[in-house]
Amino acid sequence: MISARVSQLRSAYPLVVVGAGPAGMAAALGATEAGSAPVLMIDREPEPGGILNQCIHTGFGLHHFKEELTGPEYAQRYLESLLEHDIDISTDSDVVDVDRERRVTLMSPDHGVRTISAGAVLLCMGARERTRGAIRIPGTRPAGVMTAGTAQKLVNLLGYLPGRRAVILGSGDIGLIMARRLTLEGVEVCGVFEIMPHPNGLSRNIVQCLHDFDIPLHLSTTVVEIHGSDRVERVTVAPVDEETWPCLDKAWDIACDTLLVSIGLIPENELSLTLGLRIDPLTQGPEVDSTMHTSREGVFAAGNVVHIHDIVDYVSQEALLAGRSAAAFVSRRMPPADNIRLLPGDNVAYCVPQTISTDREHTIYLRVRHPLEESLLRLGDVYERKLRYVVPGEMVSLKLRPGVLDRFHGDALRIDILPREED
Amino acid sequence: MRYDVVIIGGGVTGCAIARELMRYRVRAVLIEKDCDVGCGTSKANSGIIHGSTHFVPGTLKWRLGWAGNQQWGRLSEELGFGFARIGDLTVAFGEDEVDQLREFQWRCERSGVPRGELWGPERVRAEEPNLSGAVVGALFCPTTGVVNPYEACFSLIESARRNGLELRVDNPVLGIRADENGLWVQTEHELINSRFVVNAAGLYADRVAEMAGAANFTITPRKGEEYLLDKRLQGIVSRIIYPCPSSTSKGVLVIPTFDGTVMVGPTAEEVDDREDLSTTATGAEHVFSKVGRLVPGISERDCIAEFAGLRAVSDTEDFVIGATTVPGFINAAGIQSPGLTAAPAIAEFVIGVLETEGLALEPNEEFLPGIEKPVQVAALTTRERQDLAATDPSFAQVVCRCELVTRGEVLDSIQRGARTLDGLKFRTRAGMGRCQGAFCSLRCMQLLSDSLGLPFAAITKRGEGSWLVIDREDLERRSGEPAP
Repeated sequence: MISARVSQLRSAYPLVVVGAGPAGMAAALGATEAGSAPVLMIDREPEPGGILNQCIHTGFGLHHFKEELTGPEYAQRYLESLLEHDIDISTDSDVVDVDRERRVTLMSPDHGVRTISAGAVLLCMGARERTRGAIRIPGTRPAGVMTAGTAQKLVNLLGYLPGRRAVILGSGDIGLIMARRLTLEGVEVCGVFEIMPHPNGLSRNIVQCLHDFDIPLHLSTTVVEIHGSDRVERVTVAPVDEETWPCLDKAWDIACDTLLVSIGLIPENELSLTLGLRIDPLTQGPEVDSTMHTSREGVFAAGNVVHIHDIVDYVSQEALLAGRSAAAFVSRRMPPADNIRLLPGDNVAYCVPQTISTDREHTIYLRVRHPLEESLLRLGDVYERKLRYVVPGEMVSLKLRPGVLDRFHGDALRIDILPREED
Repeated sequence: MRYDVVIIGGGVTGCAIARELMRYRVRAVLIEKDCDVGCGTSKANSGIIHGSTHFVPGTLKWRLGWAGNQQWGRLSEELGFGFARIGDLTVAFGEDEVDQLREFQWRCERSGVPRGELWGPERVRAEEPNLSGAVVGALFCPTTGVVNPYEACFSLIESARRNGLELRVDNPVLGIRADENGLWVQTEHELINSRFVVNAAGLYADRVAEMAGAANFTITPRKGEEYLLDKRLQGIVSRIIYPCPSSTSKGVLVIPTFDGTVMVGPTAEEVDDREDLSTTATGAEHVFSKVGRLVPGISERDCIAEFAGLRAVSDTEDFVIGATTVPGFINAAGIQSPGLTAAPAIAEFVIGVLETEGLALEPNEEFLPGIEKPVQVAALTTRERQDLAATDPSFAQVVCRCELVTRGEVLDSIQRGARTLDGLKFRTRAGMGRCQGAFCSLRCMQLLSDSLGLPFAAITKRGEGSWLVIDREDLERRSGEPAP
């Protein structure tokens, strides 16, 4: 792998990017291409690439590069471009503070504790996994319970296995990928259990990771108890009713030594909170305008730190925009402020960005709350689009061309995703 | 070789006794069945140093509880573990409960301990604005504190060892007998001869007493579940919040821990199994419904982790401390709440018993009360962190991002005795934050493996049986075996 590591840090950079995963790399590239240089990119891991480095399966880049790549290949493509630009990369470095004057403090064994002034800051910290504690699974606390992402790192980067016989709770994409991965490694995967009546991951992962390997998927079923004093010995699973209450009279036990949890991601917003950014309770990430600018001047955000994406290509696209916008901010060429707030309505879990303007082209990302076979996306009474099958596990993107909103004069637009009558 | 004293059990009681004993020229060994000290009842504890208003006079619990309370400030200064006297509020929801608070004050006056301050609703609102609006008054007790109980155990034992104590972990007791040469303790690994045996075996103290032929009490485990909340709730209350107690229980509390995490609990449920550390759906429901009444801003969605502990309740409901019918065999048992509070006083009490029973207490002139305090990078200013990083860059390499624990701190804790992932977690806080080790556990395992010279797959969560990962070859080798 081509790697880059800066030996000397400057005391000030026009732009500092926190995180060198897919969002950070695309943002840094966007910023330098838009004329902002040098950029400092900071990451806590020894190599740039973020979580892509442990995603050794294929399926990345179909939209962006028009070919199917593995995670490390996707990262490598970006890294090669980055090295052609004026970008300093500080790895093994943790950003511990960003203050309101955009002074970024990092800690690293190479640079010690350093504070760097930034013209603009780009937050690209990604997400973290929800854990067992977040859903309070009753039972004991033995070894053998881990998040699917930790197991992925363990297997793919360190070369060890989490156990011999595993149950996977949650049908998030990482859980599905790990069901296949562990099966290929010779671990027995007893099944994937999902509390909701629909899967949470991409449809292609359900097919390619579960169906193709005969791994059972139990919908509307969850783990209600963990057993074992030192190491997991078994778990109790039970079906749930419409309100997701477990029906304990129908519970059964599964002997296993490992429980992987893949129950969702949460934007990693420690720094966003330190900065006092306005957080959208629906995404749990910072609110952003159509340029990916947060509620604090000169602070931009992109990728999973803003909202949880389904595929990495959209992360790159969003981060490229954020990088360009940050460069525009540094050179004082920001476009006029947005004039329309988007309001998530029927069957819309959230939408990003939270505001748009009438004078530019926008891509709006949103997720539905429950699946619909035939649906209709409606933007106030100014725009409508037919959609095919929509599911919570897959983002809906909506490209709005300038002119679409010409006849709209309000300041808020509601987005609904409605069932469509057969036509 | 013959010891003067064998202490059985490395909970806070055993650790405190061991450390106090080292003030004298005594040959002593502490044996612990688990792989680390402080890993049983002491670890899964509310971490409260109870104040004067919470004791019922007349019991040994009261006498040693209040005496112990006053020693924690000095101990934490000497040993550097986390302790703060943050005070507590017992809140009243009606006039009848205010009357109850007045009674507590009279009770304190009669026994000559500080009686606390009765606050009206305005004062309560001003001091603790996030308490329920239905609170009409509260008793403020400034003598209450919070401590990290496992840290207290680690530093007490470190101090004791510096002053000559021998420590043997992973060493369960199998039998005890007495003859003309004193007491013989047979463990899984050795036969130990000693003049005195101190039984600080917690949940198993009645069984240890039985082995020695001194059974005259029983221990019943009483389970308490606790729920830890996300650090964003730090500051939601600044004192421990108690409801008015019922006749059977202190109730469910809101505890701002020393580290800034808010903890809610405990439950109180008698169980049969001395190893039953499971949490339950009903326990969670009970805790969060009770807590919501005290502080409406707390909900189960704030939970990041939960755990359960077992109180070692004796059939006398009081501490069982003292000599027995077996010469040289001394109990320090039935140590339930306020056992942690009382621990320093229990230690002095037990040493008094040892002296009465004939142990010569010759002062140890070389006794050093302090230990080198571990560095805690998270608690330092940026300036201090810079200076530290300049001398040792490993203190600028972050291992646990949630709690800001550096490689330097992890390596230091391994030097001081951490052998497992949990041992490391409870010494450094690595893995205790909101991601619950999802990020740092593999890094911590690598550091343990490198430092201890053990294979990566040999690192455990908390000792034998709690294996964490397996080798690929191991999977193949055992693939013929039936599934677990």
